Amino acid sequence: MHPAFQAVLTIVVGVGGCIGYFYFANLVLDKVLFPARGPQAGRNINRANMIRPWLFLLPALIALGLYLAYPVFATLWLSLHDKTGETFVGGANYAQMMTEAKFWESMRSNALWLVVVPAASTAFGLLAAQLTDRIWWGSIAKSLIFMPMAISFVGASVIWKLIYDVRPAGTDQIGILNAVYLALGGDAPQQWLQIPFWNNFFLMAVLVWIQSGFAMVILSAALRGVPEDTIEAAILDGANPFQIFFKIKVPQIMGTIIVVWTTITIVVLKVFDIVRAMTNGQWESQVLANYMYDKLFTASDWGVGSAAAMVIMALVTPILVWNVYNARKEMR
Amino acid sequence: MAKLNLSGVEKAYGEVKVLKDINLDIKSGELIVFVGPSGCGKSTLLRMIAGLEKITGGDFTIDGVRMNEVPPSERGIAMVFQSYALYPHMTVRENMSFALKLAKKPQAEINAAVEKAARILQLTPYLERLPKALSGGQRQRVAIGRAIVRDPKVYLFDEPLSNLDAALRVATRIEIAQLKEAMPDSTMIYVTHDQVEAMTLASRIVVLAGGGISQVGTPLELYERPENEFVAQFIGSPSMNLMPGEIVETGAQTRIRLENGGEAVAAIPTQASDKGLKVNLGVRPEDLVPTEGTALYTGQVEITEALGEVTLLYFRKEGDRQVVAKLPGIHRDLRHGTVRLTADPSKIHLFSNGRSLLYR
Repeated sequence: MHPAFQAVLTIVVGVGGCIGYFYFANLVLDKVLFPARGPQAGRNINRANMIRPWLFLLPALIALGLYLAYPVFATLWLSLHDKTGETFVGGANYAQMMTEAKFWESMRSNALWLVVVPAASTAFGLLAAQLTDRIWWGSIAKSLIFMPMAISFVGASVIWKLIYDVRPAGTDQIGILNAVYLALGGDAPQQWLQIPFWNNFFLMAVLVWIQSGFAMVILSAALRGVPEDTIEAAILDGANPFQIFFKIKVPQIMGTIIVVWTTITIVVLKVFDIVRAMTNGQWESQVLANYMYDKLFTASDWGVGSAAAMVIMALVTPILVWNVYNARKEMR
Repeated sequence: MAKLNLSGVEKAYGEVKVLKDINLDIKSGELIVFVGPSGCGKSTLLRMIAGLEKITGGDFTIDGVRMNEVPPSERGIAMVFQSYALYPHMTVRENMSFALKLAKKPQAEINAAVEKAARILQLTPYLERLPKALSGGQRQRVAIGRAIVRDPKVYLFDEPLSNLDAALRVATRIEIAQLKEAMPDSTMIYVTHDQVEAMTLASRIVVLAGGGISQVGTPLELYERPENEFVAQFIGSPSMNLMPGEIVETGAQTRIRLENGGEAVAAIPTQASDKGLKVNLGVRPEDLVPTEGTALYTGQVEITEALGEVTLLYFRKEGDRQVVAKLPGIHRDLRHGTVRLTADPSKIHLFSNGRSLLYR
């Protein structure tokens, strides 16, 4: 079958299936189960209306259950079993992880990422939002800063690998960082991604580059929402531009800043692609998600891999809850 | 204690001049009210005085010092905004002390100023609350308190009551009048579109229209001796009736024959050369009285509005002009009846080409 035909067929079946489901499910409910006629007409209408919301929710509940809830429990179950998932081993997988240096290295790197990336992204985003607010080319600048958001993490990693690229000493450096480093008087080209500890920061730069655009867009909208007259009142009260920014504007958008911060935090905890594509966790740059991937797919150890996944989930959940709580508070 | 002077002040946005040739002298301790229809530039003028809008022409001085380029915070002014403009993340105390903190005043002095202002405005129990926990009237008082603690030379009010409900508006209006009473030396400028606020609060009213000053005067001057038709119709509610006619007798008093067939005598002196002059006769609804003699206006009542102490009579429209009369007492029975009205000569205004004959 021609792929285009296949695609059209998929759309027709998918959309038609949805429409058909809602149409026929409601039809059955209204005409067969609780028909709005006979002596019980009133009661039947009420019952049908009580069931109807569930009819609409059902497909989503099944999909979410199948693709979100079930995997969580399956992963938990796998994390308590051995490599192949056959024998119950209790906490052995977790115990093994605790003894591995690579796991603790991942925890340390993740902690670093957790502090640096959300802070830097939010700070740069806020700075960009404020600086582009009142200038005519502000929206052009914003589009440029936002553009990395449209690039996949792997694509961004490739771009940044070029920036960190190293050529033998004496030849022209195509990596801009080395080119600048040498131009500023550096003695020899550096293998940036192989310098333990500091290479973490070179990896983080990629995510900051991507997430700053996101932070900027949200914070820019929030800054626009700060009532103009509170700013004018502050001008009359004698506040200088810095005091207006830090004492009037930032406190008023603090809720949004927290939402942006926590949203980026969640992205950071799941960071995988960048590390995978750039260092693959070598030279002390391992992170939890990549550690999990290595265990699961390289070492084929389903037990420890799943245990690592559970650790990531345990770390993300409280931040997620806080994030949703703050986002809801912002909506009100 | 401050005198303000505006001479030849104008405001232009590019080519468009929204305010031109504003000349105004404000004496120390006056409460000046800017009134005018929407878009007349009254708020813009206030914001120019505050320094929030650039003055594009002319000179503005406070106590003789040119202020055109002085930053807002150094002009010695404080402003109360229509929307209160309280800092939502600061308590009432922090809101009121913000300006003093920025000015690096000692903490003891700040506390004293804030507590004094809070006492005057009855805000003491609310000092530690956030603005969102206050009612509209309380927020407005905090906004006023924020101005008071700075002890400015000039207070600016930008439609401070328009966000309050009717009852609160009256109460707050009286509070502002008391505040002015308590600070007789402070100069205040107050912008409103509500003529009741203007009439009750002002020592002098500035009527703005079409980008310029239409008339400046005390409330009673504006009411009794309006300089032009615009002011005549803007001040007073319902508006002054205008009826076209022509001067038929001149002298110490002037006799006018109206196009509607009525006749009236005005206590305005005219010269012989004015005979035959086309004029608009102006008479306020409350100055019209029923008569059996020569009528200024005879018409059929279409609608009556009995307000209790007075009744408004709306007469059938002829062309686009509607005549309204305000009679004391209740007169529901006049509906659909024909009424003959006249007015005392001293209550009649005459306008030629829109200008009052009094000011020739």
